[in-house]
Amino acid sequence: MKSNKINLLLEQFKGSLVIAKKDMKIYYLKPPVLIFGVLFPMFLFLAFAVGREVPLETLVPGLVGITLFFTASTVVPLIMPWETRLRTLELLVSAPIGVQTILLGDILASFFFGIIISLIPLTVGFVFLGATIVNPLVLLLNIIISSFCFSSLGNIMSFPPTGEPSQIMMLSNLIRLPLIFISGIFVPLPQMPYWGKLIAPLSPLTYTTDLTRYSLGDISFYSVGINFLMLLLFTVLFLLAGFKLHSKTMPKRIQNL
Amino acid sequence: MGMAIEVKDLVKYYGKFLALENVSFNVKKGEIFGFLGPNGAGKTTTQKILTGILKPSGGKVSILGYDIEKDPLLAKKFTGIVPDETNAYIELSAWDNLTLMGNLYGMPGKRLEERADELLKMFDLYQRRKDRVKGFSRGMKRRLLLAMGLIHEPDILFLDEPVSGLDVQSARLMRKVIMDLNQKGITIFLTTHNIEEANQMCHRVAIICKGKIAAIDRPESLKKTIKVTQSLEVAFDKPLENVEELKEIPGVEEVKTHGDKIRLFTSDPGHIIKPLVIYSQDKNLEFISLNTLGPSLEEVFVNLTEERRQDINEKQ
Repeated sequence: MKSNKINLLLEQFKGSLVIAKKDMKIYYLKPPVLIFGVLFPMFLFLAFAVGREVPLETLVPGLVGITLFFTASTVVPLIMPWETRLRTLELLVSAPIGVQTILLGDILASFFFGIIISLIPLTVGFVFLGATIVNPLVLLLNIIISSFCFSSLGNIMSFPPTGEPSQIMMLSNLIRLPLIFISGIFVPLPQMPYWGKLIAPLSPLTYTTDLTRYSLGDISFYSVGINFLMLLLFTVLFLLAGFKLHSKTMPKRIQNL
Repeated sequence: MGMAIEVKDLVKYYGKFLALENVSFNVKKGEIFGFLGPNGAGKTTTQKILTGILKPSGGKVSILGYDIEKDPLLAKKFTGIVPDETNAYIELSAWDNLTLMGNLYGMPGKRLEERADELLKMFDLYQRRKDRVKGFSRGMKRRLLLAMGLIHEPDILFLDEPVSGLDVQSARLMRKVIMDLNQKGITIFLTTHNIEEANQMCHRVAIICKGKIAAIDRPESLKKTIKVTQSLEVAFDKPLENVEELKEIPGVEEVKTHGDKIRLFTSDPGHIIKPLVIYSQDKNLEFISLNTLGPSLEEVFVNLTEERRQDINEKQ
């Protein structure tokens, strides 16, 4: 009985990997992904950094954080509306895989995208700006957990049962943009006003930026343990909320196919 | 013979709208079962419930003994589906689409590759296997979808309007493939509004109208339920000056022209042949063809769906 359950879970996980592979082939080079996932955070960061005397310990963690946040949360919200519009979702739902398997596959595709693209600012920081990585293990774990956390957040954004990717992108930017201003990207946490310090813990990006700062040799605002714990808590919360919301709206989405 | 599909008291509400009302039927293993109905009758809703895509509001569906609600993952392993719209992944190649579906059904790598090769050759897509589906014609997309539905060698195949919108050649190929698959023992559940297609291919048909089953039987048995519309179809070597004259033949109830043919409706076709021959001699006409026709499945369909509509109107 127990081994049956394990086999079933393994089968479903394999299904998620199949979905993720399909998503990578189809969605990584879609124009909205490149615009909102790569170009948008890059220009946003340039607008902040160019022409100012921003210290290296603020610049590089900010660049890594903003890139990871936007890339990891951009692919996944586009997939569901796209598949609804092109009526390909019906093929997936008729296969012997659960809705959560499909969603996990989409999240994994976004997660890998976040990790791959975040290597670009790291390389820039490392090679061109002269940043040094003091705690590579913390940095690696931070990138992995943060990428999964932001992908799970992106998954929540696509729960409305629409077939219009542009509507979902609007909604996701409405949620993502305010978060970057309260997460210690542009203003480090210790320099934030009192009200900023109060709302910063509500954003998972705060902990990513803080951990990146720590791994590059700066002092972190929160302890490393608290940062990781909060990121894990947000990940579980986003994952479960996404599964719940999509399960609720999936019948409506299928009905519209 | 065991049952491939068992449907009992199926009910589906969309909000307050009752889309399916106590729908019950069984499909035997190895059968081609036609599911007929006008647009909006509940055909696609029924199929989506049978394939585990939609959840019913009530009732029970079993696929080879597995409850589609309690064991959806097990039940889905035995079914293949070919939806009515062309919805393969257009950004992927034909090969990638096939292997994607095979992988989702947990097929082992080597067997999957062999099966994909076999299907691509069967459906005349092998030469284009590496091309993106975006450039395929509608007929090619339909064939690819059928191949995708068959990749895991299902026991039951659900087909939704399989020849809709296809050119004559592709439609004939599709029909031949469906008949061949059935010969190999695959149960076919064919959702269609093409009555002639159901008449030619199905062992049994169910007619659904306004969410309720109006009749289930063999096509020929259903035709027998309409007695009054038997007819004689005749074609002469030259056009008649006055077709209405044929109404004067005793036993002829109605006369209709269909192109170069004339149909004489009667309750007893045998008794009007002799007077018709005399009429042709009087008018110096030669017979090109003379056939007796029973009621068509289309007439049964119109009759039953009309009755159901009237029932609903009376209730309202």
